Amino acid sequence: MSTETTSKVNVTCTVNGQSCMLTAHPLARLLDVLREQLRLTGTKEGCGEGECGACSVLVDGVLVNSCLVPVLQVAGAEIKTIEGIADGVQLHAVQQAFIETGGAQCGICTPGMVLAAVNLLAQTPQPTEADIRNGLAGNLCRCTGYMKIFDAVVRACQRADIKS
Amino acid sequence: MSNQTDTQTKIVGKPVPRKEGRAKVTGAARYIDDLRMDGMLYGATVRSAVPRGRIREIKFGAGLPWDEFVVVTAADIPGENCVALILLDQPYLVAKFINHAEEPILLLAHADKHLLEKARRAVTFDVEPLSPIFTLEESLAKKEIIWGEDNIFKSYQVNKGNVDEVWAQADFIIEGEYRTGAQEQLYIEPNGVIAVANADAGVTVWGSMQCPYYVHKALLKLFALPEEKIRVIQTETGGGFGGKEEYPSMIAGHAALLSWKAGGRPVKIIYDRAEDMVATTKRHPSRTRHRTAVNKDGKLLGMEIEFVIDGGAYATLSSVVLSRGTIHAAGPYNCPNVRINAHAVATNVPPHGAFRGFGAPQSIFALERHLDKVAQVVGLSPAEFRRRNFIHEGETTATGQVIREPVDMEGLLARAFELTDYQAKRERFARANEGRSLKRGIGFASFMHGAGFTGSGEVYLQSIVGAEAGADGRVRLLAASTEIGQGTNTIFAQIAADALQIDFDLIEVAQPDTSNVPNSGPTVASRTTMIVGKLVESAALGLKQTLQNSGLLKANYTTDDWRAACRRHVEQFGLLKSFSQYKPPPGINWDEGKYQGDAYGAYAWAVYVAEVTVDMLTYEARVEDFVALQEVGKVVHPVLAAGQIEGGVAQAIGFTLYENVVWSEGRMLNNQMTNYIIPTSADIPPIRVYFEEQPYAYGPAGAKGIGELPMDGGAPAILNAIEHATGVAFNHVPLLPEALMQALNQTA
Repeated sequence: MSTETTSKVNVTCTVNGQSCMLTAHPLARLLDVLREQLRLTGTKEGCGEGECGACSVLVDGVLVNSCLVPVLQVAGAEIKTIEGIADGVQLHAVQQAFIETGGAQCGICTPGMVLAAVNLLAQTPQPTEADIRNGLAGNLCRCTGYMKIFDAVVRACQRADIKS
Repeated sequence: MSNQTDTQTKIVGKPVPRKEGRAKVTGAARYIDDLRMDGMLYGATVRSAVPRGRIREIKFGAGLPWDEFVVVTAADIPGENCVALILLDQPYLVAKFINHAEEPILLLAHADKHLLEKARRAVTFDVEPLSPIFTLEESLAKKEIIWGEDNIFKSYQVNKGNVDEVWAQADFIIEGEYRTGAQEQLYIEPNGVIAVANADAGVTVWGSMQCPYYVHKALLKLFALPEEKIRVIQTETGGGFGGKEEYPSMIAGHAALLSWKAGGRPVKIIYDRAEDMVATTKRHPSRTRHRTAVNKDGKLLGMEIEFVIDGGAYATLSSVVLSRGTIHAAGPYNCPNVRINAHAVATNVPPHGAFRGFGAPQSIFALERHLDKVAQVVGLSPAEFRRRNFIHEGETTATGQVIREPVDMEGLLARAFELTDYQAKRERFARANEGRSLKRGIGFASFMHGAGFTGSGEVYLQSIVGAEAGADGRVRLLAASTEIGQGTNTIFAQIAADALQIDFDLIEVAQPDTSNVPNSGPTVASRTTMIVGKLVESAALGLKQTLQNSGLLKANYTTDDWRAACRRHVEQFGLLKSFSQYKPPPGINWDEGKYQGDAYGAYAWAVYVAEVTVDMLTYEARVEDFVALQEVGKVVHPVLAAGQIEGGVAQAIGFTLYENVVWSEGRMLNNQMTNYIIPTSADIPPIRVYFEEQPYAYGPAGAKGIGELPMDGGAPAILNAIEHATGVAFNHVPLLPEALMQALNQTA
């Protein structure tokens, strides 16, 4: 089905806590709608086939590759993108840890990687090294060799410990 | 504010937060695809399906509104149809002769991306096919002449001593042949640009790139415009690794040609992953042959090396890649007689190009595999053989460069072995492997990597850096050196903050924009910290000197005094500016004709140790532990420096065990992340990084370059470890399970 011959649909969902009405072709990629309609350009396209994870977002608390999600599928869903991770100017512990440990280099995988790490810690607050490796295995990074990203996750959960 | 003159408050050496870190972790950083302009069109490239031929006709399929499209062919080019780099052989668009599959022939632009894609598929070419060649053997054998008179882009010969006389005296003569494959840079952000171009305003390009002035130079020729009419601006760049060294000149020219034809409407071209992988540059495949003479004491008498790289269809940077590979081919060893014959040859595949290491990973792979073989023949351990031949201060490299810095390869080797428990593991694994299906092994490589451009390169570049201070005391650094993830912004700011003894936060680095930064040279060759950083330091010192000479600043001052002095200077004389231009360190001599002399101003020295397991049931090899120990001069930023090493080692592991470009008829078949496999977080071993610091007198705060070094040692260290585990010598990378299975079954 080619998108330009199909009529557009309205999809209501919540993005970063705000209710919004999206108007798009039903098979339009969530990635494109977020980037082009909502101008949430923190979500990146690295491969367009669900391999690299640069376009990761949370849909109802599940980490998905937004390049593989047709917009129709998010009707009624709660979506969180990288722009919704910090609390105003207060960075999330994961974001702060990425800055401190050198987990971000070129930065293009970083939004997806931060979301994967946030998702990992939400599900497994005290991850083992194997948990961290597996939790981030859907997100490719070509700069860091992953070591500093692992450090960031460890530091972020230490910080979460101190808070709780 | 406190006085910051004592060494306790130096910023160099401290892990200050990355300048643009916050923007990157919040998603606020703007990359090229995040930008859009009013009235913007999207551009697409129609490429050749065949590897070699002559175009007879361009056909536009039925059913599309072709009059709505901007269409550009070679006939529309206002200046010269060549991507100006070293030679002028590569066209922007094929006029007649196709020299590789995926070569650009025609450009399209339209406001509707979906219609654009349909149109791209509807353009076809009637081509008279010509016979292609795809391998360096076919090229050397001149099966077809496809470039120049003999398919040779460049040859070098390096001569030291007289290698012809050693064979008769040698107790051992050992030969070997080693190969490396193509490797995709696989930055996660594909190539992309936006261009606005018309005859009145000139040409402006924004894009993801390493070298704005390379793009500037190429557009000058393409449009035949004066310099000031071409403007190139680097946007946040999602990785390069060499893959955005020369290629952005191509895509920038394409977008600009479309905009020019469209009367100046902005045109954006963003490659999708498949196009980026199939059409843009990769690491040069290589073949190296060694013939080595050794005496009974295990001393090297002579090395004869033939090094050949496959450059693809056009010259691009192959001559320079060949140069670096050639100079590193004999390694950090003291050998009295060396001859290296090196050739870069043409084939009908997309041009190979820059990729971290730039020829050195290929020739170092060959040497460090070969020396394990030599050691075995001579009857020494790989470590003992190397110990007897390591280079020292006062001795000479293959090009006759006298090493003038203290070098302690033995010390690096000893420390690396201690960190990995190498000796004990070497013996224990050998004993324990018998009869086991998981075989363990440990191996190492010792090597060096020269920083900066080769030979006279830096003298020709004549790089310039500027610094300016405003009334508020803020300092802005002006350089064309790009932040591509490696930390340029942060490191330049650290160097300037220490030079001026003011707060790190007062230093900012200007966005590279050819209309307001001087040409500090390309962001390549491990030169940004060592060469350009030194210019940052002296440009910053120039600001201080001006203020002190005019009496506005005392010898000892605080950041507040600095601000006050800047304010008074701006009030009295206007903006405070200082520029600094490259001057070679004393005593550097290079003979380009003989390929003799001081090839690099400084080298980083390293020993890398890899521990592996080889699974005899699945034929998978895994790296279990990796230690990277290197001497790099002063470490400017410990976290960024370790990040460079870890990232480079991960790329080297991919190069060795995972990353296989599958070719068919000169075209990459597996141009997807699904089937071109790079290491994930689940594949990478602990990478343990250690530095030794021997300050280099001519680097900023004593720093040398490190960016490429970590790509060099991984492949040979891992294959040396696999030989230790399995007893089988593998001499090519990538080494995939299929090759392991075949060889291990044969020996079983």
